[in-house]
Amino acid sequence: MLEPEIWGLIGRSILETFYMVLVSTFASYVIGLPLGVLLAITDKDGITPCAPLYTVLGFIINVLRSVPFLILMMTIQPLTRAIVGTVLGSTATIVPLVVGASPFIARMVESSLKEVDHGVIEAATSIGCSPFQIVWKVLLPEARPSLTVGAAISITTILGYSAMAGFVGGGGLGAVATNYGYYRYQSDVMLVIVIILVIIVQIFQEVGMRVSRRFDKRIR
Amino acid sequence: MRFPMQQAANPIIEISGLRKVFHTKQGDFTALDGIDLSIGAGDIFGIIGLSGAGKSTLVRCINYLESPTEGTIRFDGRVLGTLKPAELREARRSMGMIFQQFNLLMQRTALGNICLPLEIAGVPRKKAVERAQELLELVGLPDRADAYPAQLSGGQKQRVAIARALATNPKVLLCDEATSALDPTTTRSILALLKEINQKLGITIVVITHEMSVIEEICRHVAIIDQSRIAEVGEVEEIFVNPQSDIARRLIFPGGMPVERLGSERCVRIVFDGNSSFEPVVANLVLECGTAVNILFADTKDIDGRAFGQMLIQLPDDEIAQKRVFNYLSRVGISYKEESIHA
Repeated sequence: MLEPEIWGLIGRSILETFYMVLVSTFASYVIGLPLGVLLAITDKDGITPCAPLYTVLGFIINVLRSVPFLILMMTIQPLTRAIVGTVLGSTATIVPLVVGASPFIARMVESSLKEVDHGVIEAATSIGCSPFQIVWKVLLPEARPSLTVGAAISITTILGYSAMAGFVGGGGLGAVATNYGYYRYQSDVMLVIVIILVIIVQIFQEVGMRVSRRFDKRIR
Repeated sequence: MRFPMQQAANPIIEISGLRKVFHTKQGDFTALDGIDLSIGAGDIFGIIGLSGAGKSTLVRCINYLESPTEGTIRFDGRVLGTLKPAELREARRSMGMIFQQFNLLMQRTALGNICLPLEIAGVPRKKAVERAQELLELVGLPDRADAYPAQLSGGQKQRVAIARALATNPKVLLCDEATSALDPTTTRSILALLKEINQKLGITIVVITHEMSVIEEICRHVAIIDQSRIAEVGEVEEIFVNPQSDIARRLIFPGGMPVERLGSERCVRIVFDGNSSFEPVVANLVLECGTAVNILFADTKDIDGRAFGQMLIQLPDDEIAQKRVFNYLSRVGISYKEESIHA
């Protein structure tokens, strides 16, 4: 059985993980959502096609997405230090999480918005909607169920990244798993953390799907 | 060919020299070519053609959902091609449009859908809801305000779409195959609603369809589009009684002329022009001429309150009997035409 101080440590690290994941998800959406909208509308079938912008933006996003998260984290350490002042701990981990997750979220948002029926966009255009109004009043609300599912997937991906970050000085559950489970061969600690991670992923995923279904008016 | 069409007395839409070319990977595709049309204010104007004829592109050029490659669209005195984007959006509010697939916002209620154009036009929320309720009553759905499109039938969805299109008091309603996804009964009720809207509100209606029955049911004028060009244009009755183009004849006999199967026998097409359709013409013909005829096709319709009809009759082989039939038809003043039959 684990000692009480380990349980205390695990409890604190759960809170740290939530802090990292939620703040990073929020910040990643602040960046990724507008980028996703931009991708969706500037593509050749979008409402304001702009091939150069779409190509350049798409290229940058693909580059960022092709760097594995751990390597990205180490690569951008100077940036992290410039913003947070350190590269260690939970707050420092938020920077690479946002850099790693924003491009991913942008692509998720792009694909959700592209699912919106072209006929509905045509109808909106025919009643005199501007491109901005189409995004705000048609694309985003109509894509809401799909965006919600996307958010559940994004948040669990960020949770995964955050656990990885524990290996190179990040905080949270990943750090405990690395320091106790891996370096000290405490496989019981490792097991507990794996179980906790599984539970958290299940909760986020299930809540996301339920919210999406609950608010999807396409279902009678 | 009936070309060019006489200018409509008080045109609200004037299309001249319209040409639309789509640039595809397989090369350029000309969807419309040399289209001149004039649509009078208050008219119900049909545009009919087979699929791929270019009729949907034409209606999309009228409100600039598609920009013409050449030519001008003049709407209510303004040339749309010269407008700035904001002015064009303003102009579109005077042109409602409904679609085959209804294109309602699935995440908004019926009321919310009708409010959308009002929100766009900057109408305050309370006024918009009042107006939307009025429109729901006009289209016969006063109690479905809170229903989502997924909870409505096809006909009800199209009614909501009509209400949405009318929200900003447009001068023109463009209908792109608006009844093609509906069953015959629902189609008739939607067409009746459109007719009512035309009469009550004086809105000009442009109807795109591939079904002649839709044109017959509500249109006063019709343009027939074939292979990107206008084949024939004029009053519905006139074209129905005396179609000039091959495509018009094919559309008036929707099932295709059954003559192919008949080899080289002679046929005659009898046209009822509103005076004679209820006389027992065929029975009298048989009695007077003392010969049997075979009715291959018959169809009578009510167009604008008057009865019209067509009948395709197979004549006997006997040439004298044929002459008697022609003499009889001429004598009673029924217009007819010998059909050329290709073996």
